[in-house]
Amino acid sequence: MTKGRTTVTETIFLKEEKTVRRKKNKDLLKPYKPISKNLYLTLCIASFILLVGIWSLLTYTSIIDSVFLPTPTDVISSGITLFTEFNFVNDILVTLYRVLAGFVLSLIIGVPLGIFMGSFKIVEAFFEPLVSFMRYMPVSAFIPLFILWIGIGELEKVTVIFIGSIFSIILMVAVEVSNVRRELVEAAYTLGSTHFGVLRSVVLPASMPGIMDAIRLVLGWAWSYIIVAELIAAQTGIGSVIIESQRMFRIGDIIFGILTIGVLGLGSDFLLKSLSKKLFAWNYGR
Amino acid sequence: MDDLVEVKEVRKIFKGKGKSPDVLAVDTVNLKIKKNEFITILGPSGCGKSTLLRMIGGLEKQSEGIIYLARNEITGPSANRGMVFQAYSLFPWLTVEENIQFGSKIKKMESAKKKAITQQYIELVGLKGFEQHYPKQLSGGMQQRVAIARALANEPEILLLDEPFGALDSQTRLIMQELLLTIWEKTHKTILFITHDVEEAIFLGTRVLTMTSRPGKIKADIPITLEHPRSYKIKTEHHFIDLKEQLTELIRSESLKSIELQAQ
Ligand SMILES: Nc1ncnc2c1ncn2[C@@H]1O[C@H](COP(=O)(O)OP(=O)(O)OP(=O)(O)O)[C@@H](O)[C@H]1O
Ligand SMILES: [Mg+2]
Repeated sequence: MTKGRTTVTETIFLKEEKTVRRKKNKDLLKPYKPISKNLYLTLCIASFILLVGIWSLLTYTSIIDSVFLPTPTDVISSGITLFTEFNFVNDILVTLYRVLAGFVLSLIIGVPLGIFMGSFKIVEAFFEPLVSFMRYMPVSAFIPLFILWIGIGELEKVTVIFIGSIFSIILMVAVEVSNVRRELVEAAYTLGSTHFGVLRSVVLPASMPGIMDAIRLVLGWAWSYIIVAELIAAQTGIGSVIIESQRMFRIGDIIFGILTIGVLGLGSDFLLKSLSKKLFAWNYGR
Repeated sequence: MDDLVEVKEVRKIFKGKGKSPDVLAVDTVNLKIKKNEFITILGPSGCGKSTLLRMIGGLEKQSEGIIYLARNEITGPSANRGMVFQAYSLFPWLTVEENIQFGSKIKKMESAKKKAITQQYIELVGLKGFEQHYPKQLSGGMQQRVAIARALANEPEILLLDEPFGALDSQTRLIMQELLLTIWEKTHKTILFITHDVEEAIFLGTRVLTMTSRPGKIKADIPITLEHPRSYKIKTEHHFIDLKEQLTELIRSESLKSIELQAQ
């Protein structure tokens, strides 16, 4: 704010701001209305507590036979055994590595291609139909084929993630890029930008938050592809632990494995989300 | 004196897509703009005002005719014609200061000069103290002030504004009118300004052009001889009110025509 010399207009704007703030405390059911950080956090935790509560209710009272659904404490002790006796950390790391390797590869190729597809019609015309077609072919159905082609080693797992992610990444990035407001592009041209300048200083920064959201979404799917791949043919990884536990009828281990994937997915999503909020603060103001 | 902009026999036809027919949006417009003029264009909705402005800005290509800027044919957008749009044209990832510097960065201007110019235009539009704010943190009126400063900081030959205050509430709008008028009185920058608002057109312009309903042609060209500097009080003077009556009548008859056209 200008110190001392606030103009009449600025005073008007300041007053507007204040009334807006006062209204914010009312009606929580107003669409898009922001709520306080504490309330937000409380609600987040409450939903988890509710889930665990229902689970406890069903299992400790033996409404559901503990052979089919173990109690929370059983699952925790299964988890401890997994870590102490079966080196579960290693399985987690292996799975993590596979997802990251395949996913990062798909980003390296998919993001630039998506950007070009969204901004140049010639690239779009050439790739769009092909990529859309590829996207609708389920990657899980390709797994047998990949096994025949490249065996059941690490490369096969990474390929599953790569193929499973890249087409969605390309298409979603292209959509983000093609949705950049035309006014921004036109404003840049009237300020003297070249075609390349518009791409670099307008299209890219404008679509970055959206691209980040797309990445988060597809990473979520990648977590389920890797498990499918590991269920089918693997000696290590969370998926292989799960399928092994099924053979041994160790339901606690299965549930602990599933929960681990959930936590990993949530963690990676949280990381990307905070990164996005930090990098693109301008997109989250107000 | 030489004309800064000359629009010669310009027509614009939008090719229909699928079953929609071709649209003749602008029909044979001839227009000369002298340096230092503040021209306002009035016309009913959909008459082709934006299309005309965008052709001068180089963002749209005319179907026929030719447009010159200082005797050079216009073939596309360029830094010598600054544009201000109705709303939301600031780069949301840049601060106020960075938005205003966008053009200077492209020109690779040295940093001391860039800073000086930015500061000059921030002061001109009364946004001192808001340099580091992001567009989202500003009200609509303030955002438009940044948009004007950004266009001016590039020192274009002409400033093209397409209903820049159209999305603002009436109070803010009045203040913005005074601000823009003051800027013109200080700089005498050539301005072409589109509006729906008769009062705004008279208050700001040194010449008001009215357009017919679509296909848009120039219908009347009325010089506004009200003295400068103008204060908002001028709006209650007889001469102003007479002009307002005359122009309202002109626009009204065209608006009625365009409604009849749509009804058919
Ligand atoms: N890109 C386009 N494609 C097809 N038709 C268009 C296009 N842009 C404008 N038109 C048509 O041209 C005509 C004139 O549009 P224009 O936007 O220039 O009107 P305007 O006078 O600025 O209207 P308003 O006052 O409502 O902004 C309209 O009938 C519109 O439908
Ligand atoms: Mg318009």
